[in-house]
Amino acid sequence: MQLFLEFTFSGIAFGMVYAAIALSLVLIWRGTRILNFSQGGMAMFTSYIALIVINHTGNYWVGFVVALACGLVLGAVVERLFVRPVENKPPLNAVIVTIGVLVVLEGLAGIIYGGQFRSFPPAFSLSGLKVGSTNLGVSRNDVFIAVAVLVVSLLLALMFRYTTVGLRLRATAFNSTVARLLGVRIGRVLTLGWALAGLIGALAGVLVTPSTFLFPNSMDQIFVFGFTAAVIGGLDSPVGAIVGGLILGLGLSYVGGYLGGDLIALGSLAALALVLMIRPSGLFSTTSVRRV
Amino acid sequence: MTMLRHLAAAIVAAGLLLLLSIRVDAFRDYQLAQVAFYAIAVAGLTVLIGLSGQLSVGHGAFMFIGAYTTALVLLHLHWALAAVLAASAVVAAVAGGIVGVAAARLRGPYLAGATLLLAVALPSITSRWQGVFGGDQGLGVTVNTPGFLGTTFPPTRWLAWLGFAGALITFVLLANLRHSRIGRSWRALRDDEVAAALSGLNVARLQVLAFVVSSACAGLGGAMLALVNSSATPGTFALTLSIQLLTAAILGGLGSLAGAVWGSLVLVYLAPYITNVATSHGLSSSVGANIPIVVYGAVLIVVMLLFPSGIQGGLRRLFGPAAPAAAAPFSIFRRQAPATDNQKEGTS
Repeated sequence: MQLFLEFTFSGIAFGMVYAAIALSLVLIWRGTRILNFSQGGMAMFTSYIALIVINHTGNYWVGFVVALACGLVLGAVVERLFVRPVENKPPLNAVIVTIGVLVVLEGLAGIIYGGQFRSFPPAFSLSGLKVGSTNLGVSRNDVFIAVAVLVVSLLLALMFRYTTVGLRLRATAFNSTVARLLGVRIGRVLTLGWALAGLIGALAGVLVTPSTFLFPNSMDQIFVFGFTAAVIGGLDSPVGAIVGGLILGLGLSYVGGYLGGDLIALGSLAALALVLMIRPSGLFSTTSVRRV
Repeated sequence: MTMLRHLAAAIVAAGLLLLLSIRVDAFRDYQLAQVAFYAIAVAGLTVLIGLSGQLSVGHGAFMFIGAYTTALVLLHLHWALAAVLAASAVVAAVAGGIVGVAAARLRGPYLAGATLLLAVALPSITSRWQGVFGGDQGLGVTVNTPGFLGTTFPPTRWLAWLGFAGALITFVLLANLRHSRIGRSWRALRDDEVAAALSGLNVARLQVLAFVVSSACAGLGGAMLALVNSSATPGTFALTLSIQLLTAAILGGLGSLAGAVWGSLVLVYLAPYITNVATSHGLSSSVGANIPIVVYGAVLIVVMLLFPSGIQGGLRRLFGPAAPAAAAPFSIFRRQAPATDNQKEGTS
């Protein structure tokens, strides 16, 4: 029981990180129909910036905020400089451009910060919380991870639902021709979508790095699982991204805990295969991808 | 007629490559062998993506299967080399068939996600069943230079010859397939699945066939890789390899076999070249090790911005006759105006 609780809580914590990456991919996919392979690389880079700021100021929260701000800027810059010019080219070109951005970021991180593994401070204590004398198997930091991702997702949902900017984002995702005809500046909206995705990715990076160490490829695996979570949930659905992240996080935590860590990747493949077998475009997809 | 032309071209190419391999030193031969195995795998991938219109972000998985098949067969069965290579291609083709059947229902990003995860997950079976696959150390692969070449014959030159033979056979077969009924059917369903189905093509079967052909190539490429590296280790087949294959196919020019060669040349020669330049300018080792990565990423971005149809497309535009836009894959998804993006589902 004790073990089960531990696996469950750590699964939720990692699941929320996958959910955050998935959410950032969904945001970009809905707006631009592009898979952003550089999402993990951007999160890695902003985590380095956060680490430097934390080391200089001695204050975790300054680094945290700086990372999110950098994510916002980085997302917007990548969209304007590199993605915008390939918007009207064959779609795979955009994928290759984002892979190019990923590779450049990883190379730059290696040049600037070196290849060695660096530890990254957690926001809160990593030791387990207790009720009376029973160890719950969940740390303050795990709680913080889940709460942070949930709060940011909720804020985003509110923004999408109740603000003019959110309405523009939704209109563009729904049908960009009509949105443009109604006077929405599509270009700005797309940049904003990428910026928000960059912010969420940066959040995921700062949250997960204390448990993975920081090195130029540190986000690769997290990105793969985040992408998997997005596919499980359905790339058009933000709710699907969160649910997909949680399913994957919990599933992998149980597989890794009970069956052995070397089965984690195979377990995620099995989970993905199972979901796609039943629903070829994810659990929460509304639009039908097949037209035949 | 086409078949004869392809054969003649292959024979000429074989002669030129033999001459080239004899004139260069052992390390250059090793690099040529690398180009050959990349070219085989990338050619398969370019057929899958560029002709049949299906995306695979995880073709390293099939190279993994080919490499480990070669290693295991050489270790346990002592077959002739040609049989080993053929077996590797067949095993990978069977795996490709299974993946293809599962993939036939998936589109765009969903197929990308599934294949990506396959490439990440599959190598982890080596640490699960260490007794069979040798864990992280992997399995050793030894190939002997045949006796008639003499004892002083450089082993890497023999590897290069093997690679050339494999690559040329693959290229002739793929070139013929492209011009056959099957190739035309693939292009039809790539351009419009609905129209292809309405014209009586069996879309699902053609898509699975594309996966089978493509993964057979990747399997052969993986087998060659195991021979060239003298080993099959899980680290070789990390995500990076799959990404390299995809980028090489698109960088070279999707759907074009010549493009597969361009892409492979970039993969093999760019990094050492940049490292040389960097170290000769006295840059530190951490910079020297990472500069090629940055340059590779920059090349990806720049080529995609300047030559949207890849190197081969760019060459055709610069030097070719009034360029036919024939090799424009996914042209159905090309956006006339950014406006219509969102009604067009199922691509990435």
